[in-house]
Amino acid sequence: MHSSIWLTLLLAVPLVGALLGALVRKVEGRAYAVAVATSGVELVLSIVVAVLYNNHVPHASTFDFATRHVLSAPFGLAYDVAVDGISLFMVLLTSLVVFLALLGARDKRREPAFVAWLLLLTSFTMGSFVAHDLLEFFIFFELTLIPSYFIIAQWGAAQRAKAALKFFIYTFTGSAFLLIGILYLGFMHQHQTGGSLTFAYGVLSATSMTHGTAVWLFIAFAIAFAVKAPIWPLHTWSPITYAEAPTAGSIEFSALLAKLGTYGLLRFAVGLFPLALPTMRPLVLTLAVIGILYGSAVACVTPDLKRLIAYSSLAQMGFVTLGVMSGSKIATVGAVLLMFNHGVITVGLFLVVGFIEQRRGSIQIRDFTGLQGPAPVMAALFTVVMLASIGLPGLNGFVSEYLILIGTFATHAWWAVVATFGVVAAALYLLWAYQRVFHGRAQGPNENLADVSSRERWVMVPVVALIVVLGVFPRPVLDRISPSVQQLIVHVAPSGVNK
Amino acid sequence: MNLVIPSVHYLAILPVLTYFVAALLLMFITSMARTKVRLLLATTITVLASLAALAMNVVQWVYVSNHGASTTVAHAIVLDDFSVIASGVIALSVLMSALVAHDWAVRERVAGVEFHILALSASAGAILMTQANDLIVVFLGLEILSIGLYVLVAFDRHRASSSEAALKYLLLGGFASAIFIYGAALVYGATGSTNLTTVSYFLGSNVQLRPGLLYAGGALLLVGFAFKVAAVPFHLWSPDVYEGAPTPVTGFMASIVKVGAFAALVRVLISALGTQLDTWRPILWTLIVLSTVIGASLAVVQRNAKRILAYSSINHAGFIMLGVWAGTIRGTAALLFYVMTYAPVVVASFAVVTLVGGTGDDHHSIERYRGLARRQPWLGAAMAVLLLSQLGAPLTTGFYAKFAVLASVVDAGGGSLALIALVSAAIAAFFYLRWTLTLYADDDVEAGRVEVPRATGLVIAFGVLVTLVFGVWPGPLATLAQHATVLFTP
Repeated sequence: MHSSIWLTLLLAVPLVGALLGALVRKVEGRAYAVAVATSGVELVLSIVVAVLYNNHVPHASTFDFATRHVLSAPFGLAYDVAVDGISLFMVLLTSLVVFLALLGARDKRREPAFVAWLLLLTSFTMGSFVAHDLLEFFIFFELTLIPSYFIIAQWGAAQRAKAALKFFIYTFTGSAFLLIGILYLGFMHQHQTGGSLTFAYGVLSATSMTHGTAVWLFIAFAIAFAVKAPIWPLHTWSPITYAEAPTAGSIEFSALLAKLGTYGLLRFAVGLFPLALPTMRPLVLTLAVIGILYGSAVACVTPDLKRLIAYSSLAQMGFVTLGVMSGSKIATVGAVLLMFNHGVITVGLFLVVGFIEQRRGSIQIRDFTGLQGPAPVMAALFTVVMLASIGLPGLNGFVSEYLILIGTFATHAWWAVVATFGVVAAALYLLWAYQRVFHGRAQGPNENLADVSSRERWVMVPVVALIVVLGVFPRPVLDRISPSVQQLIVHVAPSGVNK
Repeated sequence: MNLVIPSVHYLAILPVLTYFVAALLLMFITSMARTKVRLLLATTITVLASLAALAMNVVQWVYVSNHGASTTVAHAIVLDDFSVIASGVIALSVLMSALVAHDWAVRERVAGVEFHILALSASAGAILMTQANDLIVVFLGLEILSIGLYVLVAFDRHRASSSEAALKYLLLGGFASAIFIYGAALVYGATGSTNLTTVSYFLGSNVQLRPGLLYAGGALLLVGFAFKVAAVPFHLWSPDVYEGAPTPVTGFMASIVKVGAFAALVRVLISALGTQLDTWRPILWTLIVLSTVIGASLAVVQRNAKRILAYSSINHAGFIMLGVWAGTIRGTAALLFYVMTYAPVVVASFAVVTLVGGTGDDHHSIERYRGLARRQPWLGAAMAVLLLSQLGAPLTTGFYAKFAVLASVVDAGGGSLALIALVSAAIAAFFYLRWTLTLYADDDVEAGRVEVPRATGLVIAFGVLVTLVFGVWPGPLATLAQHATVLFTP
């Protein structure tokens, strides 16, 4: 087992970076440099963690880097961190996304404060993914709201105040259910064992409960995560939030924070309440499929590019939910992979849209036409990312969607069949949007649109590289995800291990 | 007739005596001293008295650790860890409020000596409430506290709203006191004693065949308390009084009344009437749901900073009552933790409001805060932290306070009640966040700088520090609160 110091560093480095950035805020651009350096260090650290990660730790299922320190016994509060193959890629995604967001979507308005909030958000998100204790997870989960709120409310577009408030109230209300659920579970476990109050994940997963209790707790947990993911019909905060947030914020929310929802659903709702699954599965699978179809349909008619990505994310997160809830090992592996892939793809989409917005000050599709004439490289980059999102074989989106669909087909065939139409619809709305924005003859202000600068090209390099590499050679990633998913599925849905 | 003087354990009532003596001393000295030094002298004496009371609390704590909890003065006063912690919180609130009031009096050019005299005696009443083991003593403490506050609210006599608020408070508070003492009389009629230990013993060893008298008495006591802590539907006085009272007085009131009244409420409902748990729970349930939801909802439509904080404090009263509803050791510990962390935050919040209110103390529109954090980053950030703490954001004590009471309620089987309270917190988040955002708005209006006198600045910094330090590391306070309720008597 490796030392937990690596994970503690992952949590601490962004905080130190935020502090350093605040100290040097007087010099123009200095805080930004500190933030970029910090996120670079963070990225290196998480790659080290990913390389070191060992899934054969005795007596710890597939968790590595684990430690636990009780901070307050009366509250059951503890510092408890660990990663397994599922959270590992969320950790990687977290540091990758913030690094790219800082590089590719620089926002010079009150920059020191902006980068400080971004770094705080990174630390809190990292905390949610490495937390191995329900209360600790909840605290980090709630904490991510505060930087998110300020980023939207202070750097967003015209309706930013409304968007920020809507986002906050929605998520905060959702997590009310989660907190009550966590408390209920903790006390139920305490009353069963007669020991002290604890919220440790490993301990609580052994709580015995009736079917009815499991269903109620599952619902309480699932509401919070469904708001975050978002899962239809609790998604209504997301389009306005993504559209009004500054580009770096949109990237963080859709590429990263949304994953907190599906990650929580898999790790906590599914992982802790297997008894509830036979009852709840048809409902959640149906909601996921509705989300896929609804998201795709609205994405076809939505007038602006950021909302288009928001609705396409709703559809993609529907696929993730499908995999998470399917009870099939293959589909669950695919879902974890899609969480990572969707993160990478969304970063690419939002970055390109951000480039366009920076040049034209608009994200309305009708304002654009024929951009591929003046900006061929931008068009090419957008094409690659878009094709990955559609699920073109050879690119990363295909691998994960394919795994989800065949896995789900083995356990819940009809849902998989209907969801497949979502893949077709994705091709429809993305290609149509591409056609309207990039094809045709550039006129007016579109004519002299500058192509991507070399700096912007370099930012897109890791995105495109990951899209291609993970599309052709996903093996190393799958090898790390599979054992942990296997453990989980053995525990929650034994019949799905070979499906 | 033979009059027996009961034995008195002076250590138990030393903090109360200190405050009374300090108040008397202050009256005497300030009538002698020259006008120039009067205020400074008064503030110094209040601060010293509070520090002395805190030191005595430490001695009391050690004494209780060695000798266990005890009662004195014919079992009417109790000395246990719970009372020690609660009176310590009161002493701290007095200390903070005195500093804020000093700067306020200097700014307003009023003779602030009376504030200190009244605050000292009101605090003595509040401390007495935390130590009361007899309904008569609870009433005594309540009246000492209230009479001091009636005058304090009217203190700014140049402002009509101050006098109006005082009259309103006096009338409704008088009613509440009458209802309370009537309830005490009925409980006496049903059980044959006003002593909480005796009542508890009586109810534990006798079956009430006709419990109507007891229920009526308990309900009236509850109404009396609900008035004092401004729980809905007995809250109507509070927004007007909070708005009308001089701002330092509002902060003082919001902190010590809550500590005193809730400590006494716990003793009456859990220690004395604990056997009747199932009877008063539905009443509390209603009070909690109404207070949390209506408090938060009405705050949303307010535009006046003091009224917002008034409704917010109604919402908090609902949350604190959750700890009483639980009716367990865990609930009592959670309640104590809540008031411990809430008191410094609320005093510091009103300290900021005092400063922003400006000379004349009547600029309390929320618009005054527009862009404050841009002009004065430290003051603005402090207010943001204080608001987020009241919201219950993680990394502030507000989160753990809410967490503790909710945990106790869920433990006691009240999941749905906890959920309703939490949803009200989401409603409350709306106005706390709107206010926070106002602080950080890009200001086009060039408003004047807010002067931050040294003492008030210190108080604000202390409040922020407490909420942040123990928000990251709540262990010590949680242990203290838990320890204080394990030896809970009677």
